[in-house]
Amino acid sequence: MEKVFSRKKAIIWGFIGLIILFIFPLFLPRFYVYLISIILLTGLLATSLNIVLGYGGIFQFHHAVFYGAGAYATALMIIKSGLTPWLGFLVGPLVSVLLSLIMGIICIRLSKLYFGMLQISLGSLVWIIVYRWYSFTGGDDGIHGVPLPDIISSPTSAYYFTLVITLISIFIMYKIIKSPFGSALQGIRDNPVRSEMIGINVKRHQLLALIIAGFFAGIAGSLFVVVDNTVFPDMLFWTLSLEILIMCLLGGWFSFLGPMLGAAIIILLRTFVSTFTSYWTLVLGILMMFVIFFLPNGVLGYIEEKLSKKS
Amino acid sequence: MDLIAQIFSTKILSQIFVGLSRTTILFIVSSGLSLILGVLRIPNVAHGSLYMIGAFTAYTTSMVFGGGNTGFWMSLIIAPLFVALISLIAERGLFQYLYEREHLMLLLLTFAFSLVFGDLVKMVWGAEYKSVPVPPMFQGYVYLIGGLPFPLYNFFLLIIGPIVAIVLWLIVNKTKIGKIARAAAVDREMVDAVGINVSWVFAYVFIIGCLLAGLGGALVAPTVSVTLGMDHTLIMEAFLIVIMGGLGNIWGALLGALIFGLAQSLGILIWPQFGIVFPYAAVIFVLLLRPTGLLKSTW
Repeated sequence: MEKVFSRKKAIIWGFIGLIILFIFPLFLPRFYVYLISIILLTGLLATSLNIVLGYGGIFQFHHAVFYGAGAYATALMIIKSGLTPWLGFLVGPLVSVLLSLIMGIICIRLSKLYFGMLQISLGSLVWIIVYRWYSFTGGDDGIHGVPLPDIISSPTSAYYFTLVITLISIFIMYKIIKSPFGSALQGIRDNPVRSEMIGINVKRHQLLALIIAGFFAGIAGSLFVVVDNTVFPDMLFWTLSLEILIMCLLGGWFSFLGPMLGAAIIILLRTFVSTFTSYWTLVLGILMMFVIFFLPNGVLGYIEEKLSKKS
Repeated sequence: MDLIAQIFSTKILSQIFVGLSRTTILFIVSSGLSLILGVLRIPNVAHGSLYMIGAFTAYTTSMVFGGGNTGFWMSLIIAPLFVALISLIAERGLFQYLYEREHLMLLLLTFAFSLVFGDLVKMVWGAEYKSVPVPPMFQGYVYLIGGLPFPLYNFFLLIIGPIVAIVLWLIVNKTKIGKIARAAAVDREMVDAVGINVSWVFAYVFIIGCLLAGLGGALVAPTVSVTLGMDHTLIMEAFLIVIMGGLGNIWGALLGALIFGLAQSLGILIWPQFGIVFPYAAVIFVLLLRPTGLLKSTW
């Protein structure tokens, strides 16, 4: 990005974007405010996946399980504990971190496809437990009407809450990617053997990346509880994981903001297409094929390529 | 006789047989998946959708032929062939241009296919449950040790399983195509260099693998309600079986299916509510002990 835009330009555009995001609820109808909240938190989820996928080169096939676990932990903490709801927003990401630590330790010994498949297996186990444990998680009905603190219970305040948390999270993730740790992670992606040679502890770096990604996925899950007031088992199902992967691919997984863009495109398109046909997944599938064949670096990757050619 | 009956109380025995007939379906589907994964290196998520298409085609075929024995045998022929035709179009049309790309791209392409197939099935057959009648010649029960009744159709499945395994073994090990495919799995460039058109060999393997998915779908149709979404759980199970058995290894797929099927059916006895947890736990246990699967992988 820096090579294409000058730093000054980037800051100005970012500032304009921020102002637009902040004044949206003043003139947009309620439904669109809700929609943008969903886009923001899904974008956060996709960006967190991209830390391990695009920058870490790890085949994180079942990212949704950390998202769902965060959402369930938040909702259950609020409902069952009777303590202040704010505690739920703390517990959600923590549970995701714990889960990604456990799953990471088990899976990290394997590489590439085996890693992904073992992760799907463990994630399915979590899904089944949530799906079957009616008395605790509500089974396939999920949990509806999670009570929230008054300050964030209206759609507009939930939007601002989501916006602020998402922006902070995105900023922290950006800093992580630009830190020495982020560089080491990309080095591992490009050449694990050489990274090991120059003294980088490959497994430890990868595990830390998994935990970071799990943490932000958990935050996204907690935000979903704020915006939608519900949790349901589909949030941990593997098809959602592949949908997030699609968002990363569509936006461009070698660009930091690519997954955000991908999430926005897919959610807007789904909302738009669903209004006049029930065959949304057909459209998504065909779109996917086009992206794979003609835009292997995603939309943002394509734009960057064009811009750098011009200059 | 009494002793055996005592050791295996009838309940456990009948669950074992239920598990074994489930194993047959799992094996047929996952062996196709394993073949494709081992030779072409495609993690074919659309395999489950092909299985579903096979089941729906079997429904239509048996309706057209009137639900009798003829309908059943015709469905066993037509459903796999129809699925094979679809996979031929998909392979020649799209997949063959992507073999050099990353696994992740291939995985996502097959996922795109599964999304498209899912909606196409909804368009063609609708969203309602369909049930395929058990063919008249396989209605009724056989009696196992201790006079235990066991559905004749499931017994038929137990016979089909080994037949498929042997035929597949013969194709892979004794035919020329199979030998070339195994060689190409190890070193594609070398096979290309000696003047064999690997592209078409890959197509054959892909079609055989998908044909097995269709066959699995046609075989399972009389025992379950044929419905949208039947692909989601099955593809997950098939992938786990393939990983557990060792990628690309057909006997590994058999072993994996056996473990998975039995863990599923016996788990329900131990803990009815969470019985479904056991096969997944078995997979994790196996992969912790042997990270690359039980048997030798072709990768």
